[in-house]
Amino acid sequence: MFDDFFVRALFAGIGIAFVTGPLGCFVVWRRLSYFGDTLAHSALLGVTMAYTLDLNIAISVFLISSVIALILIQLQKKTNLPGDALLGLLAHSSLAVGLVVIGFLTFIRFDIMGLLFGDILAVTTDDLLIIWTGGALILLVLKLIWKPLFASTVNYELAEAEGLNPDRAKAIFTILMAAVIAISIKMVGLLLITGMLIIPAAMARNISDSPQKMVIFSIIGGLLSVVLGLYSSLEFNTSSGPSIIAASLVLFILSLFKIKQSIKLKN
Amino acid sequence: MSTENNILVKLQNAGFKQNNKWLVEGVSLTVEKGKIVTLIGPNGSGKSTTAKIALGIYKNIEGNVEKYTNKVGYVPQKISIDWTLPLRVCDFMLLTESISEKDIDEALSLTGVIHLKNKNLGNLSGGEFQRVLIARAISKKPELLVLDEPVQGVDYTGEIALYELIKNISDTLSCGILLISHDLHTVMTATDHVVCLNGHVCCSGSPMDVAKNNEYKALFGEKASQILTVYEHKHDHVHSEEGEIKKN
Repeated sequence: MFDDFFVRALFAGIGIAFVTGPLGCFVVWRRLSYFGDTLAHSALLGVTMAYTLDLNIAISVFLISSVIALILIQLQKKTNLPGDALLGLLAHSSLAVGLVVIGFLTFIRFDIMGLLFGDILAVTTDDLLIIWTGGALILLVLKLIWKPLFASTVNYELAEAEGLNPDRAKAIFTILMAAVIAISIKMVGLLLITGMLIIPAAMARNISDSPQKMVIFSIIGGLLSVVLGLYSSLEFNTSSGPSIIAASLVLFILSLFKIKQSIKLKN
Repeated sequence: MSTENNILVKLQNAGFKQNNKWLVEGVSLTVEKGKIVTLIGPNGSGKSTTAKIALGIYKNIEGNVEKYTNKVGYVPQKISIDWTLPLRVCDFMLLTESISEKDIDEALSLTGVIHLKNKNLGNLSGGEFQRVLIARAISKKPELLVLDEPVQGVDYTGEIALYELIKNISDTLSCGILLISHDLHTVMTATDHVVCLNGHVCCSGSPMDVAKNNEYKALFGEKASQILTVYEHKHDHVHSEEGEIKKN
């Protein structure tokens, strides 16, 4: 069944959508979209490390992204620079360093476009295994930290006062972000991963009135985007990442009509 | 009654410094089961800071805090909730602990907001939201309840009924309450112990002791002291929410 590259891509995309759905909700709620971007940009460095040291791409990206996240937390504590400046600094410098390193690796042929925008042809059975086991692990951990993470998203002091240890939940969530970027980089490409996190969640926000509903709609939105995007990518011979993100944009635009309706109902 | 195991939280000479400025220092107080301790003091005197020290929200504090319970209900003074979150009242009730549907309904009924259960939190008025905050804090049947100006923005009759409810909760759940209030009337009638703050503990003791204290008079004025003498008489009845008289 997994002999066909398209079936592999489909299953990879479905696995990714299950993980980006709930994580994306937290990215929207906690205003972390630029943080996701930074981790994704740093993934290029992870990819070059994978090629130089002959490591698995997902594992190497996960390691580098986690390190970048840790550096960010340290910089936030030790400097007086605003958060967005630090994020920009890390995002662009790690992207630049990654590209420079690629320049040195003349002995390897790089598909830069594939790295930046995703390549459905590149998904192997090994990748599928990583996506599904990694994804299941991410969801399991997210379930375990759901209560403190969600409570501190609503109000940090309430969570802290009532003994939920929000700092630990936040640190674990940061690692989960690095992990989701690591497993989805081949499919969506590093420039567009944040889109996969945010757009289905934003679409879900427009049509839901409770956090649980938003998570479910976000997953459904991600799944639909993957299926629609991959089929059109096959049809029009476009990169897989942009096709998936464009499909999710269409869903987002459709969800805007629902808001209009509910505003009309209120008036 | 003051045995060691009744103590829920104990502050010893506690203080907190931010940007090299003491927000509050040298506070010692204990909250015991079934007792209401009230913090009073002017704006900026460190009442909320003291509550946050007791709750363990502030790390890096001076002095010593011992907390003997993890079943805590907290009503913060200011709460900034991001309204981009789709959150209904019933979701908010489950925020820090999974409680049964029955307990949720009961708590919301007690604070008079059961009709808002499925409303979006962002659509509530200030007073309604305050009632939901109190309901959330009591629904988990805490051992320690920290209420930072819990009735701000609540209408006048509601205010009285809610204070009565708080007193009832302290009796029925026998939980300890750390209350911050500007309403000296309430403080003096319902409280077991008053701590008057002004950057440090300016005086503390039973409501009557505090009222007679000269520092208290200097801080709040002679009028405030007279409020207390009004309350020196024993109450033999209470008023229900509708204003009916109920004999004790």
